[in-house]
Amino acid sequence: MSDAQSPTDFDPVEPNTGHDFEPVDVFPDSNDFDLRPGADSCFKCSVCDTNCPVAEVDDDFPGPKFQGPEQWRLKQTDDDYEIDDSVMSCSNCMRCDNACPSGVPLSQMHNTARGEYVENQMSKTDLEYWRNRILSNYRLSASIASKVPRLATWGMNFGPARWLMEKTMGVTKERDFPDFAPQTFREWWAERGGADASRRNAQQRREQLGLDRDADKKVAYFHGCYSNYNTVDVAKAMVHVYEHYGYEVVAPEQKCSGTPMFANGMLDDARRHAEVNVSSMSDLVDQGYDAIASCTSCSMALRQEYPELFDIDGIEKVSSNTFEAVEYLRIHEDVKEDVQESNVTGELAEEFAYHAPCHARNQGLERQSVELFRDLEGAGIEDVGESCSGISGTYGWKEEKYEKSMDIGEEMFDHMEHAEGEVGMTECPTCAMQMEHGTGYEIRHPLELLEAAIVK
Amino acid sequence: MAINSDVLVIGGGLAGLTSALKAAREGADVRLVSYKQSSLRHASGLVDLLGYTPDGEGPVTDPYAAMSDLHDAHPYQTVGVETVREAMSMFDEVTDYRGDHTDTNALVPTHGGTVKPTARYPTGAAAGLASDDRDVLLVGLESLVDFDAPHVAAHLEAAGVPFDVRGETIRFPGDLQADAKITRYAKLLDNNGEVAVRGRKKGARDALAERVNTIHDKEERVGFPAILGDAHTDAVRAALEEKIGADVFEVPMGPPSLPGLRLEDALFEALDESGASFETGNPVVDFDADGDTIETVYIEKNGARIPNSADQYILATGGLVGKGIESDRERVEEPIFDCHIAHGEDRYEWFSGDVFGDHSFASFGVETDETLRPLTGDDAVEFENLRAAGSVLGGYDFAAEKSGSGVSIATGYVAGENAAAEAR
Repeated sequence: MSDAQSPTDFDPVEPNTGHDFEPVDVFPDSNDFDLRPGADSCFKCSVCDTNCPVAEVDDDFPGPKFQGPEQWRLKQTDDDYEIDDSVMSCSNCMRCDNACPSGVPLSQMHNTARGEYVENQMSKTDLEYWRNRILSNYRLSASIASKVPRLATWGMNFGPARWLMEKTMGVTKERDFPDFAPQTFREWWAERGGADASRRNAQQRREQLGLDRDADKKVAYFHGCYSNYNTVDVAKAMVHVYEHYGYEVVAPEQKCSGTPMFANGMLDDARRHAEVNVSSMSDLVDQGYDAIASCTSCSMALRQEYPELFDIDGIEKVSSNTFEAVEYLRIHEDVKEDVQESNVTGELAEEFAYHAPCHARNQGLERQSVELFRDLEGAGIEDVGESCSGISGTYGWKEEKYEKSMDIGEEMFDHMEHAEGEVGMTECPTCAMQMEHGTGYEIRHPLELLEAAIVK
Repeated sequence: MAINSDVLVIGGGLAGLTSALKAAREGADVRLVSYKQSSLRHASGLVDLLGYTPDGEGPVTDPYAAMSDLHDAHPYQTVGVETVREAMSMFDEVTDYRGDHTDTNALVPTHGGTVKPTARYPTGAAAGLASDDRDVLLVGLESLVDFDAPHVAAHLEAAGVPFDVRGETIRFPGDLQADAKITRYAKLLDNNGEVAVRGRKKGARDALAERVNTIHDKEERVGFPAILGDAHTDAVRAALEEKIGADVFEVPMGPPSLPGLRLEDALFEALDESGASFETGNPVVDFDADGDTIETVYIEKNGARIPNSADQYILATGGLVGKGIESDRERVEEPIFDCHIAHGEDRYEWFSGDVFGDHSFASFGVETDETLRPLTGDDAVEFENLRAAGSVLGGYDFAAEKSGSGVSIATGYVAGENAAAEAR
């Protein structure tokens, strides 16, 4: 029976409990990213709209409920329907996901719609397209710049060059490009002896801890681009902390997580990178490794966006075995107790103004750093509130989005100014950029503080 | 290994937050986990105790007096009237709410023009009470269709309120888009952000007050839909009062609701101050038990199962709307621990044919012993270390009685107190 037909003996007024009635599965669960069940689950309570940092400062932006389920429905009824160009104003913060009481996959719908818009409606000869493509392929620019880090840092912040970039490409000249590290993490890692050295360190440490020397404690580190090319200390801290707990670390072949590409609708680029990442990580998961990321947007991409957008062999295995670096230790080690019993002196004995990145929130990690470090002697931590930082990766780098990005960030800047400390802290590299840009504070990563607290 | 605490609360609504707060104040190490952000942002922000009796009598004047006449299985009877008072005083301590000066219900106008009996209301709604005889001007906004001021005024008048009420619609200064979000209005007013009025830039508070002044005719009270700021709502209201020269109030709205969001913020802030931990974003999907002791529950994050262990657990996952109770054509169930839910075998017994009739589904929920531990169909304790609070409880119809908030606060309080005592 087709779902369009009614069972002939069904009278809605009379109970039909005595009859056989097989309900028809109209919208079967599907693996081919059928967004219909999600769209149908939306009962239009509009609570997602209250989480949208863009709609809060710009009433021209129609908000996540429109971008997701409503636009999806419009598309079904009109073959000529074109994705509304406002989808490019969505910053992909993904906060709407955490608001929905019905589990509507809002960010998946936005990513899909944005990908379609870029693929079918955006001119490939347009400067905006190339600007977005260059911004979202940060890994490529960074890998070139890191060959000549000092020159690159200087050149990228050279006034006339930046003026030209804004005029021709639409990359705001208001921001400072981040410094490139003189030695990348991977160069450091290789010099240090790679995975073999880490295994030796871990075995030695296990013996000190009274554990089995060959205990099955091993993780594959997804360091991402930023801690490889820019904040190398974060990646080093990850290695030191994990080895301290007796884990052997490997740093497998990897590309960009895809986060900036999703946000710019460059799904083909994202897929190419994801294929490399999934392939190397799934092999390691098969060997008993868990995947660990120190950037909350990288862990978000591997956990949620990959299985929501791509069908790659092993992708679900990777997503269900990926963890954020501190989260993993909270599950498997007594890290909270260890922090409570330790103290911090020296450079990181500071009061920190902590900002939880949007992408940490959906992973349930928005309170992790505050709750972990609030009992740490020698350092203090204060949450600077719920506001989005406003930069959202490449979003705040676009000339036409810069003002909006700063409007969104205003509340966070204000709370940072009022916080006791004058050093910031966050897990997300681009939130860190925005925090520094808005306040002038130096910004640190929780792993650096954890390292200072427990690795002596 | 697992993420450990003394008490683990599952659910971030009013019941979950109250139980976590009480348990933490009793000295327990508390962790609260919620599938999504708190359901409070769907709520009006009013906190009711008992507006109508289960027989539909009312509005009830003194909810405490009416509680003792409730049937024995009602959650208020389980915890006792005195405990309800204690629980409400903890609520009063951590929020900036009004109504605690009396046992009598307040009558608060709603955005539909009805009058709701409620025990507590936000300070921002205080000047709007229907028992006040001062005249009212209600101000609607063209771009905010959920609040039709002339319609609300007409409805209130038909309800026989003891004052003159007039509704007028204006354009919000700056000509916001028709589907501007409530957070957009709130942010502009919070920051007194600049809006363009006939080519000139003005602060949003000033510009709004000026527009209201053109229609204001000496009414002593002026009511707005609940969009008057989020973080700085008191300052927004005070600024408008000064510029308009009348008391200003907010009329609570449907979802999404700023008064609900503000209440959510206040309770999470109190929870943070109490030293508890919390996280939102992912559901509890499974558990391990040793006999009748729950050992670990599992939070699912995209296929990864995150173990959380505690001595004591509190189930505050909500009712049929909040998905703490689910149903299909065969049965009604509590999805995490599969606690017993009494219901007729034939699903046609679950509801009445009359839309506003006496539906039995409205009271579906777990039954408990006097310490709020869920019971099996044979009245045995399901798990010795599990308690239930809020809408997951059976035996009452919060929608008809207007008792949802009070039951959540009272049972949350008791569940938290008992869990903390056992955890020691």
